[in-house]
Amino acid sequence: MYATTYHKPKTLSEAVSLYENSEEPSYLSGGHTLIPTLKSRLAAPQHLIDVRAIPELSGIEVTADKVIIGSATKHAVVAASREIKAAIPALSGLAGSIGDVQVRHMGTIGGSTANNDPAADYPAAVLALDAVVHTDRRAIPAGDYFQGLYTTALEPGEILARVEFKIPEIAGYAKFRNPASRYSMAAAFVARHRDGHIRVAITGAGNEGVFRWTEAEERLTENLSAEALEGLTIDPSLMMGDMHAPADYRAHLVAVMTRRAVQNLGGTHIL
Amino acid sequence: MSRVTITVNSMPQTRDVEDRTLLVQFIREHLGLTGTHVGCDTTQCGACTIHLDGQAVKSCTVLAVAADGSEVTTIEGLADGGTLHPVQQAFHEHHGLQCGYCTPGMIMASVDMIRRHDGMLDEHTVRHELEGNLCRCTGYHNIVKAVLDAAEKHRAAHAVAPE
Repeated sequence: MYATTYHKPKTLSEAVSLYENSEEPSYLSGGHTLIPTLKSRLAAPQHLIDVRAIPELSGIEVTADKVIIGSATKHAVVAASREIKAAIPALSGLAGSIGDVQVRHMGTIGGSTANNDPAADYPAAVLALDAVVHTDRRAIPAGDYFQGLYTTALEPGEILARVEFKIPEIAGYAKFRNPASRYSMAAAFVARHRDGHIRVAITGAGNEGVFRWTEAEERLTENLSAEALEGLTIDPSLMMGDMHAPADYRAHLVAVMTRRAVQNLGGTHIL
Repeated sequence: MSRVTITVNSMPQTRDVEDRTLLVQFIREHLGLTGTHVGCDTTQCGACTIHLDGQAVKSCTVLAVAADGSEVTTIEGLADGGTLHPVQQAFHEHHGLQCGYCTPGMIMASVDMIRRHDGMLDEHTVRHELEGNLCRCTGYHNIVKAVLDAAEKHRAAHAVAPE
């Protein structure tokens, strides 16, 4: 890792001010993507601004129709929350399926959502649960938030403060993991919202990162069952291909995982 | 450089470190506690697992400066004088190791696991929850046996009937 200078502001305004007045700054949360990146010398921010001591970024609030999670909340805390498990069991299960125990003790929802790794789990839930991403300066609907691989609507210096999920009527999450890295090779988050509309979000597979599979949504709107998806395929040219899984295999997995998510509504199915 | 104070195995330790210093480097190189191992650079192998404020974490992926003011327990902090911690004893009795490189991380992860589940563990859960610790000897079988035995002893030791 190259030399860097560490800061731990206690307020949002102090963090933003540090960012704006530093050369090559980067925010740091749980660090479980950023620190490995720094160790590999793939990034070299001169200033690391740790946001975990900012009180507004922590905590969980569950209302009648929303689950609101502060960005510095760790995966293990989300997975262990009885309130979240009662409101959106698929979200609870998703958090409990990220990485491994030690990773979940450090990694945060804000880090995952801000980084927008194409194989990360949370972006699928954010998109399928029609969430609103709140920052230090505005509210961004999920549909406008994700903008391609590692790219979001966040401006330089903007801090992701909390994610506000809509509690659906029912939701399911199915994931096929790379057995070595434990990142998803294809995962589907399917939700039927209380107004009846269906959202299907796919992560780990698309060559533009997380995306909505609208053809699957249309079929499931008619009939929320795995049978409704029979014969539906996705174009492999839209998929990532790498040494772990070529694009046509990922396309196949997307269809399988979407059916499995529908078969496991109310929970998760992690392979 | 930053001055950090981290309580390691109940002893406050103050050192001046570069901000890029990893917690595992602080433990191994600044304090000389080399029981915590480094097996990979990718946060996958778990050989560097320690307890940070009571939770198992990979110390290769935490900055020492970010752990300022925290409490750390390493493999050296588990035994009570000459008496091994029950999980260490179980690994010893079940030969839960082959080359031994992953063992400190396996034991620290297992202590955390048994505590979180209050000893209520079955084989499936143990294997699932050890997924963050890799044994290149593939010696998992006896490791799992050791964790299950230690979990059972934990249950027996903590099964105090209410008055």
